[in-house]
Amino acid sequence: MLSDAEIEAILISLRVAGVAVAWILLPGIAVAWLMARHEFRGKALLDGLLHLPLVLPPVVVGYLLLMSLGSRGLLGTWLNEWWGVRLPFTWQGAAVAGGVMAFPLLVRALRLSLEAVDPRLEAAASTLGAGRWRVFATITLPLTLPGLLTGSVLAFARALSEFGATITFASNIPGETRTLPLALYSLIQTPGGEAAAARLCALSVVIAMISLVASEWLARRARARLQGRDA
Amino acid sequence: MNHDNGLILEVSHRLGAFSLEADLTLPGRGVTALFGASGSGKTSLLRLIAGLDRPDRGRIELDGEPLVDTATRHFVPAHRRRLGVVFQEARLFPHYRVRGNLAYAMPAHMASRFEAVVGLLGIDHLLARYPATLSGGEARRVAIGRALLSDPCLLLMDEPLTGLDGARKRELLRYIQRLADEVDIPIVYVSHEPAELVEVADTLILMEQGRVRAQGKLDALMERCDLTDALGGFDAAMPLEASVQAHDGAYGLTRLGLDDGQVLIVPGMTASLGQRVRLRVPVREVALARAPSAELSYRNQLVTVIEQAWVPPGDAATMELRLRLGSQMLGARLTRKSYDELGLVVGQEVTALVRTVAFSSRDV
Repeated sequence: MLSDAEIEAILISLRVAGVAVAWILLPGIAVAWLMARHEFRGKALLDGLLHLPLVLPPVVVGYLLLMSLGSRGLLGTWLNEWWGVRLPFTWQGAAVAGGVMAFPLLVRALRLSLEAVDPRLEAAASTLGAGRWRVFATITLPLTLPGLLTGSVLAFARALSEFGATITFASNIPGETRTLPLALYSLIQTPGGEAAAARLCALSVVIAMISLVASEWLARRARARLQGRDA
Repeated sequence: MNHDNGLILEVSHRLGAFSLEADLTLPGRGVTALFGASGSGKTSLLRLIAGLDRPDRGRIELDGEPLVDTATRHFVPAHRRRLGVVFQEARLFPHYRVRGNLAYAMPAHMASRFEAVVGLLGIDHLLARYPATLSGGEARRVAIGRALLSDPCLLLMDEPLTGLDGARKRELLRYIQRLADEVDIPIVYVSHEPAELVEVADTLILMEQGRVRAQGKLDALMERCDLTDALGGFDAAMPLEASVQAHDGAYGLTRLGLDDGQVLIVPGMTASLGQRVRLRVPVREVALARAPSAELSYRNQLVTVIEQAWVPPGDAATMELRLRLGSQMLGARLTRKSYDELGLVVGQEVTALVRTVAFSSRDV
């Protein structure tokens, strides 16, 4: 039903988006927590920086990634020399690009739901002998779960649809970095590829719908539990 | 552990325009009421004790162990203080069932007490429920249980009856009284309701505008005429202790003996014969007569001596009286007109009339 190239593109897309979400999850929680619960100098600046990937042209983000993580970039050199890791033109690089683009969406969703957690519950937990980490793990994080789920799905969808930064930083290599949008782009560039392009387009819609419905279902379950209803 | 050291506080703390100065020693047993109008600083004081705020200056010590000392920059954070706090709004964790809430802070050695605490608070049937499905009174009881099961050295309760309707209030108050009697943990009870005071407290700390106006044994403070207004004015009540002499099943009444040999008839109690009970006698429920009379409906006609009489400031129509009854004291409030027309004077013997239905009681 699906051609090998299509299956390959789907698998690469899922892998790239999955890894993208996975690597930004912890930093996302940390940054969202920082922004939601702390006042510090330069907070507005950090807030601006966080939103940058949303407002910059993705190609610019890809270019900046190439400059910093590329073989001649500062971070890139360090990664290569100390860890033997090369990011440009690899699927891992595509995951980095996707993650960077998805980061603001994740942080935003997390921050909103962290701000909605009643600090009085955390205070109550601390009077019950729970230290900072235990309060976070048993009260704050579970109460943030619906936001975490929605944020992750948003980020996943964003990483899945990533095009500009990916093609700039990781290029469009079949079997390595050719995700669904890149495959679709390639097909549009190819004479006679319209039918195949339409199939990929339909596939993208299906994957996006599945992830949206799944996240809505999960978030509803989580919310029901938080409001004390048996889901 | 030496409970008798209690809690020592010497703190000053500023919150915007409000300043709190307190120099207090709370006993290491029994119920201490932290009493005052809203804005008097009692909740701020509770937050300092719980470790939720740091005082600007001063020290706090529990059972001889320093919790805060700003001079040495010593501060034990809230989670290391082993204090159980019951907040006004219960603050149950919505994502845990009742059982999970109760077990949240329960150390292993308290597991054997779980059933007893749950039974004491009457929450056995709620264990599998989520907090959102509980009524206000049930949620407070679970919150009390959760604090108790954390094995605290001290239980802090911040107006636990707020927002409950009359019947629920009485019910929860009964649970708290049972708790105070059966659990050997000192309790600090924050309240602005004079009625609650007499029901639960042994010791009283009266707060006013961020200062401690008075502290001491409840009965001693209730006798002080300068505190009447602060301690409830017309709604004030005096504590009275007595022991159960007999139950009258036919009429549903209980006969109590006072320490001077006089007898009191009150609504039927469950306490066993010989048991000491504490009653709350609202000042406004006490009427006076020059002599006992069989022609009145009052079942309780107590011979007392007028110990003090004064006109409360700002209320020239009223006369406030303290009546000696053996070693105890009753309060009464009447118009200055009837005081004069009856020809009453301090030192005179009068009969205090109290209707049986005026009593509410607490097993001591």
